[in-house]
Amino acid sequence: MRQFLAFVIKEFYHVFRDPKSMLMLFGMPIMLILLFGFALSNEIKNSKIVICDFAHDPASQRIIDKIEASKNFEIKKFLYNPRQIEQAFKEGNVKLVIVIPNHFNDDLLHLNKAQIQVIADASDPNTANTLTNYVTNIVMDYQQEITPSNDLPQKINTEIRMIYNPELKGTTNFVPGVMALVLLLVCVLMTSVSIVKEKEKGTMEVLLVSPMHPLMVVISKAVPYLFLSIVNLSVILLLSIFLLKMPINGSIGLLFFESSLLILTALSLGLLISNGAQSQQQAMLISLMGMLIPVLLFTGFMFPLENMPLPLQIIANVVPSKWYYIIVKSIMIKGLGLSAIWKETLILLGMTVFLLSVSINKFKIRLG
Amino acid sequence: MRTLRFLLQKEFRQIFRNRALLPVIFIAPMIQLLIMPLAADYEIKNINISIVDHDHSAYSRQLVSKISSSGYFVISDYGTSFNAAFQQFEKDKSDLILEIPLGFERNLVKENEQKLFIAVNAINGTKATVGSSYLSRIIASYNADIRLEMTANPRMNPVPNIEVPSINRFNPYLNYPFFMVPGILCTLVTMIGVYMCALNIVKEKEVGTIEQINVTPIKKIHFILGKLIPFWVIGVFLFSVGLFIIAGLVYGIRPLGSIPLLYSFLFLFLIAVLGIGLLISTYSETQQQAMSIAFFFMMIFMLMSGLFTPVDSMPNWAIVIARLNPVTHFIEVVRMVVLKGSGFNDIKYHFLIMTGFALFFNGWAVWNYRKTA
Repeated sequence: MRQFLAFVIKEFYHVFRDPKSMLMLFGMPIMLILLFGFALSNEIKNSKIVICDFAHDPASQRIIDKIEASKNFEIKKFLYNPRQIEQAFKEGNVKLVIVIPNHFNDDLLHLNKAQIQVIADASDPNTANTLTNYVTNIVMDYQQEITPSNDLPQKINTEIRMIYNPELKGTTNFVPGVMALVLLLVCVLMTSVSIVKEKEKGTMEVLLVSPMHPLMVVISKAVPYLFLSIVNLSVILLLSIFLLKMPINGSIGLLFFESSLLILTALSLGLLISNGAQSQQQAMLISLMGMLIPVLLFTGFMFPLENMPLPLQIIANVVPSKWYYIIVKSIMIKGLGLSAIWKETLILLGMTVFLLSVSINKFKIRLG
Repeated sequence: MRTLRFLLQKEFRQIFRNRALLPVIFIAPMIQLLIMPLAADYEIKNINISIVDHDHSAYSRQLVSKISSSGYFVISDYGTSFNAAFQQFEKDKSDLILEIPLGFERNLVKENEQKLFIAVNAINGTKATVGSSYLSRIIASYNADIRLEMTANPRMNPVPNIEVPSINRFNPYLNYPFFMVPGILCTLVTMIGVYMCALNIVKEKEVGTIEQINVTPIKKIHFILGKLIPFWVIGVFLFSVGLFIIAGLVYGIRPLGSIPLLYSFLFLFLIAVLGIGLLISTYSETQQQAMSIAFFFMMIFMLMSGLFTPVDSMPNWAIVIARLNPVTHFIEVVRMVVLKGSGFNDIKYHFLIMTGFALFFNGWAVWNYRKTA
């Protein structure tokens, strides 16, 4: 035990001796959580649009006022020549053109029927779709305004209640996601170089001739990072509660336990990469080139996993942060207990055991 | 010039000798470009809905079948207990609950008015908004249907109707990979450029071989060019394979705009990005440091580039950061030229800004390099 402790202390020295890496290790997650927690959201706001109002009548004016009042749109300019529309799109920042034809109000009054045309820049299909929907909603809204509603027969009213996130804040979705992303990547990155560095420098031989069991050598490498990551996690949680105003509806103890589990999984993965790689450069490129985009996509906070093709949904299952993201949402936002997330917990635990045993096996082969 | 040629020979040899590294540089990005766009689809379809039907009437069944045939919703469960539906909610098995109260049909016929209750899982705000607005629209159209059935003469329908037909330009079939492939290609090229360049120079520092170069009569500029040019070539190569083979053959994306224009922007962008790699390497002593700094910036470059979330929707201070991010401009330009056929005049400001970035980062790197090495 004392030997093990000595090894752990040595590893701590290694970590603390490098202030630049330390700074990154601590500063990075904090910066990233703050930056992304505030800046990222799937919402589509302030989209620049162009309006061609050929009608210039009270009805068209009323609709334009409504569009102007919406935070989703920013009217960039008014155009009256259809040929300029193409140009506006090509310059890049106009997402939508709304064309209100001649006699709009007259049509509405006399024919009970009128048209508003929407031309969207569909090179971004999601934005195009969403903005078209927003315009349709605004127009429907106006339509209801001018409808004499009291005497309508058989009226169905709807009462909509938004559960878990009534203000529809982007933070609620993104903070758990960024937490999962940052904790996983930082831990993998940091540990993935630890063993390979010793190999590259030749100090590994020294470690291997020590009387310590190779298992202990591996574990002692992970301890300082586990410790640092838990400190990191605490800072991240404090920031999310006090600055990003995230709720913690469930048990903080459970959240810490689950987060430590994710950290362990990440450390084991890092150790595995480190065992397999021949140079630091290779280890780093594998953990970053190979992991950044997949982890980002498969955690599930950017793109809904259930929309993906089935093979990709299956691949997503091996990404630890996917399970952690479900766990964090359940604890922080839904306030659920262990009984709701035991399955995800077991999966993370299984992954950790699997990764650790594979890295230890590989490590032994090297000994022989 | 001869010195540079020898240096380049050495660098290329070093890169290609490293068999373990080649797949990471060349194959991993291309596989990701092949697969990831399929995952990056925002289109919200197959929304899971739990229906709690206390009424079990002809009307409620009509409404349910209208919802299930709309194509947006998958009915994940249909029962009479709100609590059971809420449990589906907690497990993320359903996104919406529609509760049809007892007496729904009777009240509609007799009292002419009835309320429906909808609960939405709003953790993901966008999905919640879209889901609930689809559902409201289906209910409204169902409402119009039963009203028409009741009204003797449909022409007497007193409700004015405004149609909103829409046209989708540049990507009429709303093909999501069209939008994602160029963006992901841009980030992959950036990652390779920044990581490789930053690591390569620091490695020489860490191993000590940089001292050897420093004592030879090689000029600093030759040394730096010797380091930059190979990664510049690799970047151009990866971009071309990605654009013509994967985007072109696999996803069927043909650039609408001018290819020389696209490449001139790529050349400029790579210079700027390699400058960032160079700059990182001048500030770090170990590969680990270089990597953590590069990772930090890469995360910001990527998440604040408009690749996944629109820049316009960010708060103002974040828009400033996004504008100071070279990747934002690169992704914008590639998407504009490839998908919309924008010409030089449309993107001239991006050229100007990118030139600024290239000069700034490389200038800073060279200035700092002289002091440290």
